[in-house]
Amino acid sequence: MTAALLIIGTGGLVAASCGLLGSFLILRRMSMLGDAISHAVLPGIALAFLLTQSRHPIPMLFGASTLGLVTAFCTEFLHRTGRLASDAAIGVTFTWLFAVGVIVISLFAGQIDLDQECVLYGEIAYVPWDTWIVGGRSLGPRALWIMGGVFCCDLAFVFLCYKELKVTTFDPDLARTLGISTRTFHYLLMGAVSMTTVAAFELVGAILVVAMLIAPGATAYLLTDRLGWLLLWSVAIGILSAAGGYGLAMMIDASIAGAMATVAGGFFVLALLGAPHHGIISRHLARRRSFGNGPPVT
Amino acid sequence: MTAHAIAIQDLTIAYQRKPVLWDVTLEIPAGSLACIIGPNGAGKSTLIKGVMGLLPMASGVVTIFGHPLQDVRQRVGYVPQRGSVDWDFPTTVLDVVLMGRYGHLPLFARPRRHDRDLARAALEQVGMETFADRQISQLSGGQQQRVFLARALVQDADLYLMDEPFAGVDAATEQAIVVLLQTLQQRGKTMIVVHHDLQTVSEYFDWAVLLNLRLVASGPVDTAFTEEHLRVTYGGRLNLLTAIGEEIS
Repeated sequence: MTAALLIIGTGGLVAASCGLLGSFLILRRMSMLGDAISHAVLPGIALAFLLTQSRHPIPMLFGASTLGLVTAFCTEFLHRTGRLASDAAIGVTFTWLFAVGVIVISLFAGQIDLDQECVLYGEIAYVPWDTWIVGGRSLGPRALWIMGGVFCCDLAFVFLCYKELKVTTFDPDLARTLGISTRTFHYLLMGAVSMTTVAAFELVGAILVVAMLIAPGATAYLLTDRLGWLLLWSVAIGILSAAGGYGLAMMIDASIAGAMATVAGGFFVLALLGAPHHGIISRHLARRRSFGNGPPVT
Repeated sequence: MTAHAIAIQDLTIAYQRKPVLWDVTLEIPAGSLACIIGPNGAGKSTLIKGVMGLLPMASGVVTIFGHPLQDVRQRVGYVPQRGSVDWDFPTTVLDVVLMGRYGHLPLFARPRRHDRDLARAALEQVGMETFADRQISQLSGGQQQRVFLARALVQDADLYLMDEPFAGVDAATEQAIVVLLQTLQQRGKTMIVVHHDLQTVSEYFDWAVLLNLRLVASGPVDTAFTEEHLRVTYGGRLNLLTAIGEEIS
């Protein structure tokens, strides 16, 4: 029972952190940059392993966050100077960095305790047994502490810089004329995405972390018309997906992380159909109603 | 103190190394209600974006009230084109207007009651006070433009640069905007407006800037807005230059 709670708690923190930042990625039309960063951090993790010969989370977070920022920077550089459209710039950058990471891991697979399966799919089921021991006393699962810390950082970032994130997302030109640096907040957001991605990496893997970045935010976007509520909803949906996913995985005896992402996708489909104003059903009904009463009043 | 709200010297702006605005030199006196006119692609938006520091200048110097832009940011308000933002963004009319106050707030600080009061007053001034809590995607084009103007009002600037505020708005909004511009002018503000409708230039504005990649004329409407200048701006030889420019690139 406690093991289940610990797994759900960790998964919930992953989904909530990702949902919070992913909402901004969606509004900035940069969802695929989240995808890119989550893949491109791989060589950063591998190099941090190689250099420190340990799985200590601090060098890992540092190495991966650096690579995340490198991705964001390269993408923008290629887009600005290389005549490449931004989607092509993203595609070139992250696949190459991911490939380098795969090579580094396969070359030194004997020396580092990291297999490609785990990198791609993650393994959240081991969370309760990988405990953090300080001075002989166990403080509980290490992953829970790391994800908790990351979630607090993300929350503090979004809370403190709410107004700056909002205006640089909605109207970057206005932000710049007001003296708010859009570039600073772009890279701060990318740094936060990189850090979150790498922390979530071990747990849900490089591919499913993208689902966690995008699905809760995309679902919340259909449910509300207020930025504050959108962030709250995406956190709530993330946590619900983690809990529901765990239940589903137990029921059908499948990968927990996969089930969590599947449930997150399920929530999205539900919202797409049944959301109060933006759902397909309510839009259809509204259209029929307005046809019944003559032309719509605007 | 200088009598010029804005002074531009030898301003050249290039996109990807291809100049779109050449050697513009002009001065607009403080307190003017000025329009920038010229054909599509003449560099009207480019000019005000360059002035606002949104596009890199290839060369030239811009001073605002005698100072570089960085020193007088709070005295300058920019009203972008309506189509430049995503109107499906999850936010309310009041929140968009409040963004105009962000330049007066320090990092991390949230808008306070005072800022909210200013935002509501600005919405009232543009006749949008009943829309404060609406989601912005529910607005018509004219209403969107009024919200942008309210946002500019709460910036409480001395110089406003507006990119096509009259584009695609209904007649009532156009009148409301004109009245607003005149009220602001009476309060000593300077406005520079990118404009399209040549028929209303003499009625609405007192200063005209005619532009077509280069400056054709800049001066009081009765001396600058002449048939000869218009012919140079919209027809004749400059068109040929544009065609050649496009052929080269």
